[in-house]
Amino acid sequence: MQTRIILEGERLSITVRRLCEQLIENHGQFADSCILGLQPRGPQLARRIHQRLQEQTGLSIPYGELDATFFRDDFRRREKPLRANTTHVPFIIEDKRVILIDDVLYTGRSVRAALDAMTAFGRPREVELLVLINRLYSRELPIEPTYVGSHVNTISSQKVLVEWQDEPAGENRVSLIENA
Amino acid sequence: MTQHLSVKHLLGIKNLSADDIRLILDTADDFKEVINRPIKKVPSLRDITVANVFFENSTRTRLSFELAQKRLSADVVNFSASNSSVKKGETLLDTVNNILSMKVDMIVMRHSSPGAPHFLSRHIKANIVNAGDGTHEHPTQALLDAYSIRERLGEVGGKKVVIIGDILHSRVALSNIFCLQKLGAEVMVCGPNTLLPRYIRELGVQVELDVDRALQWCDVANVLRIQMERQQARYFPSLREYSLYFGLTKERLQRLGKEIVVMHPGPINRGVEISSDVADAPNAIILDQVENGVAVRMAVLYLLAQQQ
Repeated sequence: MQTRIILEGERLSITVRRLCEQLIENHGQFADSCILGLQPRGPQLARRIHQRLQEQTGLSIPYGELDATFFRDDFRRREKPLRANTTHVPFIIEDKRVILIDDVLYTGRSVRAALDAMTAFGRPREVELLVLINRLYSRELPIEPTYVGSHVNTISSQKVLVEWQDEPAGENRVSLIENA
Repeated sequence: MTQHLSVKHLLGIKNLSADDIRLILDTADDFKEVINRPIKKVPSLRDITVANVFFENSTRTRLSFELAQKRLSADVVNFSASNSSVKKGETLLDTVNNILSMKVDMIVMRHSSPGAPHFLSRHIKANIVNAGDGTHEHPTQALLDAYSIRERLGEVGGKKVVIIGDILHSRVALSNIFCLQKLGAEVMVCGPNTLLPRYIRELGVQVELDVDRALQWCDVANVLRIQMERQQARYFPSLREYSLYFGLTKERLQRLGKEIVVMHPGPINRGVEISSDVADAPNAIILDQVENGVAVRMAVLYLLAQQQ
C-alpha cells in the first residue's frame, strides 16, 4: 500500500479559505442560503466552512447534516450492509439555495442519493455542490461540482482519504492511497 | 460494532445476540428521525414485496407493520386467514408457497400455533418476521419495548423491569424477558399464582406475588392485558378482584414515593389492569411505544432485507 499526500497543512487551509471566499462572492448576505454536510465524511469539512463563513461575515447561516443511506441505489446490491448516520436538518429547505458539501466526489452516486434525500425537507430553489477533492474521469452519473478545492486524477484502484485533526488519527491531510 | 444481523429471519428474541438487538435499536433511531420528517418516506425497499400473513386477529401490529413497509417503499400484500383458502383446508406450507410463487421476498406472519414461523423458516427461502406465534414469542413488541425504555431512561442495562399480569398466556412477556436480559436488565414477573408459568424461575427472573412490593422494586412496570379470549378456565375469581389486587392505580403509584415508567403493549382494558388516570399520566409511555413500533419494525425489515 502506497500513500501520496495531495494536500496538507497551510495549502489545505488556503484551499478551504478560497472556497469560503467563493461562497461569499456568490451568496453575499446568505439571505436564503443554507449549508448541508453530506454524511458520513462531509460534515467535518462543512462544519469548518460554516464556522469560518459565520466568523467572517458575522451572519447566522442555517446548517444541517444530511444522511442519504436510505436513498442509495446499491441497497441489497453490495457486499457490505449499509449503516445509516444521523440526519439533522433543523429547518425546511423550501425555496432555499442549498450548498451541499462533501469531501470527495467520485462516482456521483452519493450526491444523487443526497439530492433525493433532500426533497424530504422541501423543494430547494437551487442546489450547489462543494467538494474538497474532485476525482476526475470516474463519474458514473452526470453530476459536476460547483466549487472544487482540488482536482485529482485517479484510477479506480486508488482511494482518496481526507483526514481532519479532530479525528483520532489527527492531522489535516488529503492523501491518495494505492491498493496494490 | 456489528454491521449486520446474525440471523436471516426474526423468529424470536431467543435466537438473537445482544449485538443484533443493539443494531436493531440503533437503526430504529435513524428511522424514528425519518418518520418525524415532513415527508416520512424513504425508498430503501422499493424492489421488495412483503406479504403480511395473519392467521390471528391483530389491529395494531398489522397496521404498524404495514406503515413500516410503506414508509420504506415496499410493495405490500395483506392476507388474513378468515377470508382465505385456509378455511378450505389448505396447509400452512401450501398457503405460504402459493404466496411465494407470486415472487414475495418477505413474510410477516402471525399464527396461533407456537413455532409456526420456525417451521416455515426450514422450508422456504423468503425472510420471515414473526409477528406473534401463539403464546410463544412476539419479538418486535419486545424490541419496541426495549427501545422505548432506552429512549426514556437512557439505557436498558442495569434497569429493573417488572412485568405484571397474565404471564402464562403472554408472548409479549416471554420475548420481553429474553430481550431485557440480553441487554443486561433485571426482570421480575408479578401476577396471580395461577397466571405464572410453573418453571418461570428457570429463566432467571424473580417472582413476586405482591404488586406493591414489585412496584417498589422496579424502575419500569410493563403491564400486560388480561386476555379475556384465553380465559376459558377461570384463573381468578373476577375482574373486579383482579383489578383490586393487581391493577395499577394512581393511589398505588403515589404510595411508592418515587416515579416509575409505566408501559402497556395494548390494547388497554381501562379499569382492569390499569386505571385511566395512570394510563394517561405523563410517566406512562404507552403511546410512545406505538410510535416507536413503526421505527423498530422499519429497522427490522431494513436489516433483514440485506440478509439474503
